[in-house]
Amino acid sequence: MKNTIRQIFHSSKFVAGFVIFVAILLFILLYPLFQPGNPLEMIGVGTFAEPGTYVSLYDSVTAPSETLNLPDAASNRLASVLKEEDRAKMAEYLVAVGVPSEEIDVADTEALLALWEKHYDETARPAGMTKATRNYYKRLNQSLNSMGSGSELSVVEQGEGGEASTIATIGSSDYVNVRKVPNRKTLLLGTDNFGRDVLKELASAAGTSVVIGLIAGTVATLIGLLLGLLSGYLGGFVDDIIMFFTNIFTVIPSFVLLILISYSIGQDQRGAGVVALVIGLTSWTWTTRSVRSQVISLRNRDHVNLSRLSGHGLFRILMTDILPYIASYVVMAFILQVSSGILAEAQLSLLGLGPKTTEVPTLGLMMNWAMLYSAHLNGSWWAYFPVILMITLISFSLNLMNTGLDQVFNPTLRD
Amino acid sequence: MKMDNAKDQNTVTLDRRRDISQNPLCLSGKGVTRVFGTGRRQMTAVDHVDFEFRKGELVSIVGESGSGKTTLSRMLLGLLSTSDGEIWFEGKPRDISTRAKKRQYWKNIQAIFQDPFSSFNVFHKIDDVLLDCIRMTGGRDLPKEKKTELMTQACSFVNLKFEELTNKYPFELSGGQMQRLMIARIFLLKPRILLADEPTSMIDACSRATILDMLLNLRDEIGMTVIFITHDIGLAYYISDTVYIMEHGKFVEHGSADEVILSPKAPYTKRLISDVPKIHEAWDLSTVEG
Amino acid sequence: MAKTILEVRELTTKYVTRFREDVYAVDHVSLSIEEGKSLGIAGESGCGKSTLALSLMGYYFPPLHYMSGDSIVDGKNLSGMSPDDVRKNVLGSDVAYIPQAAMNALNPIRKIGAFIEDVIRAHDPARSRQDIRDMARKRFEELHLPQEALDKHAVELSGGMKQRVVIAVSTILSPKVLIADEPSSALDVTSQKVVIRMLKEMMEKGFIKSMIFITHELPLLYNVTDDIMVMYAGQIVERGSAKEMVFDPVHPYSRGLMRSILVPEDGTRANKLIAIPGTPPNLKKPPAGCRFAPRCRYAMPECQFNAYPIRDFAPGRSWRCARTPEHLKEVYAREDG
Repeated sequence: MKNTIRQIFHSSKFVAGFVIFVAILLFILLYPLFQPGNPLEMIGVGTFAEPGTYVSLYDSVTAPSETLNLPDAASNRLASVLKEEDRAKMAEYLVAVGVPSEEIDVADTEALLALWEKHYDETARPAGMTKATRNYYKRLNQSLNSMGSGSELSVVEQGEGGEASTIATIGSSDYVNVRKVPNRKTLLLGTDNFGRDVLKELASAAGTSVVIGLIAGTVATLIGLLLGLLSGYLGGFVDDIIMFFTNIFTVIPSFVLLILISYSIGQDQRGAGVVALVIGLTSWTWTTRSVRSQVISLRNRDHVNLSRLSGHGLFRILMTDILPYIASYVVMAFILQVSSGILAEAQLSLLGLGPKTTEVPTLGLMMNWAMLYSAHLNGSWWAYFPVILMITLISFSLNLMNTGLDQVFNPTLRD
Repeated sequence: MKMDNAKDQNTVTLDRRRDISQNPLCLSGKGVTRVFGTGRRQMTAVDHVDFEFRKGELVSIVGESGSGKTTLSRMLLGLLSTSDGEIWFEGKPRDISTRAKKRQYWKNIQAIFQDPFSSFNVFHKIDDVLLDCIRMTGGRDLPKEKKTELMTQACSFVNLKFEELTNKYPFELSGGQMQRLMIARIFLLKPRILLADEPTSMIDACSRATILDMLLNLRDEIGMTVIFITHDIGLAYYISDTVYIMEHGKFVEHGSADEVILSPKAPYTKRLISDVPKIHEAWDLSTVEG
Repeated sequence: MAKTILEVRELTTKYVTRFREDVYAVDHVSLSIEEGKSLGIAGESGCGKSTLALSLMGYYFPPLHYMSGDSIVDGKNLSGMSPDDVRKNVLGSDVAYIPQAAMNALNPIRKIGAFIEDVIRAHDPARSRQDIRDMARKRFEELHLPQEALDKHAVELSGGMKQRVVIAVSTILSPKVLIADEPSSALDVTSQKVVIRMLKEMMEKGFIKSMIFITHELPLLYNVTDDIMVMYAGQIVERGSAKEMVFDPVHPYSRGLMRSILVPEDGTRANKLIAIPGTPPNLKKPPAGCRFAPRCRYAMPECQFNAYPIRDFAPGRSWRCARTPEHLKEVYAREDG
């Protein structure tokens, strides 16, 4: 036993899969400790806030400020405000007043503004320019001047009586230390369509999905193992009956069955546990088949005959003479069942047949929500891509472990 | 394994014929048949065979692969039901209809199989194998020392040292040692009948003598009937009192070993004996067609 | 003196296990076979007899590796050739190899005739189809094989017929050496006899110039080959003519082996079997001295440390032992009473 475990951990594939899986488990278990709270709490009002650190605008007004004269502050500010189309228009104007186009670089904000100041003349009338266009340039020039001017902003608080009182005046060179702002929030993966923290949701959803996979895998493996053992060992009539049902379950596409069951249970009953059970109850067939064939090849082995001659009963023979021989095989089948259980949940949920939506997130549900709110169309990658990555990693790590075990237990497959 | 007193008994003669014709019947059968499958795929593996094995007799059932000898042996052991015919055990019809009766029957008949490597559960220690035998013979409640003594005795009968085997797994032994452990198991169980299904065919020639010698010593010690299943007609001739020749599920000839081998009557036996290469008599290659 | 067809000098090969351990399966084996002669190799399972067969052909594939020595077939040294080279230029024309499961190696969807074409074209791509066909017909006729077999698939033939056909196909180019590794062990005794008859016929008609026959069935070996060589733990322990080896073996191990022969004929029941205690050594760590010493009844204390070379003790007979043949024969006579 010890030796087998050592051998398993010598398999690089198994170790790689194991490390990934343990890392995911640690993330699932540890993240909620650092970020407690309901993962489905809607912290945002809008949809799909971008990933990043958010600081409270309100608090930063009243936070103690320092004056810093940073040389590129103005141009940075301008650069962040000046839109692409305005830059293009500025370039157009400059060309019209005779600046060679090679000299103009729309990306270099400072150079562009310098050129603009040098050549812009409100009164000039470049050939072919309509009045409306000239007016647009006039407005653009004004707004550029006001931004660069360093004029102050006044923050006004509206009192109860309606009278306004100025509580702060903010200069263009006023800075607030981020740490002095009491309210700030880093959303590494932004928020989803309901304004929920995607990262927190992901940790919780991955946990639920792994549990669903484990339940589904356990149910499927137990049913499959029991039926496979009985069918393979007893043979004859029992085998015929069991194989009849197994074949029926195999021919009916299990996904259709899954959809029908999921649908007929009804929205209210459909918790994560029930969905896991449904998945487990529809995916045992191939475990039964493979366990059965393994048992058939063991059934006539001499040690089983000898055990029968020693007067041992059915249960004891199955448990001590058959099961240990196929244990490694069952473990591998279980791993694959867990992996396929997680995938089945994702597929079901994507179709809207997953667990009830108000209690727990699952990976499939997160995909479902992202799809319903067109996250993939409006470029909110953070709402679905981490979920896909998580599903892929879980399933990849489980399959990697399975392959590693396979190589240890079936040495003929090696190399 | 250490070189032990086996060195002193270098050569073994296994010709230990005795007159067993007056011994009472131990196992006999009439019209024993086994059919596999149904309809067009029906196949008769054993076809109405009759036999009479006496107490203390060493009977060989000789047949080539596919002759049905393994099916017959499984029926004799009660691991496979018969399709037709009756088997008598010690004068009474054999009744193995319930599990309790089966267990009772299996106290009287035990087996040694061909492949020692698949005869042991690799997850059980050697001690478990032997303790199970003590339990089967009603020694479940014996004190621990008594059990150890029994196991030591059984191991020394087959020239193994129990102290070296305890807490080991069967796969740590060589094929010959495993087969000897099997004999130690039979020594503990002391059945009336031992069915040995090609016990030496996977053992190297040099260990074969030891195994056969131990098997025969055991027979002499507890007076059991040995049913020896083999395809090796030379070996069967060498060790058995009686030989049954099996072809396509039927016994084509049976009788004392000398009768059957030295003056065969059935055409199949004649052909079989002439086709086996010999060393003193010329091996006539011209007798076969094809 | 007849021409030497196969000469093997001090051939040593090893297996490398998964755990990078070396297993010296063939250890300094030397042998030679003259034209028209056959040599039998006997030994327990795991003694290296099948490995020797592969090594003789120079056909090395991991985990089997060549270490040292030569294997010369009719002047051509096969040791050190690449497996590809061996397949193209040696197999079929110089050496033919028949493993035990040869009959199951036939592709079930091709006809027997197609295999013959493959064998011939591998060495002579220009041969016309009709030419090959005629050649195959002629050979089949000479070996008393039904010509219809050429147009059949392997599954349509019985086990014994399949094995004979495989032998005929692989020797169609009349190789100098045929290496047959347990060619009849999977067959029933009657088919075995037919296969053996065909092998003997091939030797007589010169379709093969010499043969190495490997089996653990000693009575068969006695009836098939001229000489017998006994292998133990990767080494040759004794060699002599078939008759001498079976009736007058000198090495304690070959004596034990030959005494285990049990055939259905008068006198067999008086046979005294010899029990050799213990098991063959683990070839990952072979004994320092004589490899048989730990199991040998007649070993002297120094046998545990001294390895003895193989040496001749009578015309055509050689062995590997510290004792003298006369001494051991005397002891044997005393023991047998």
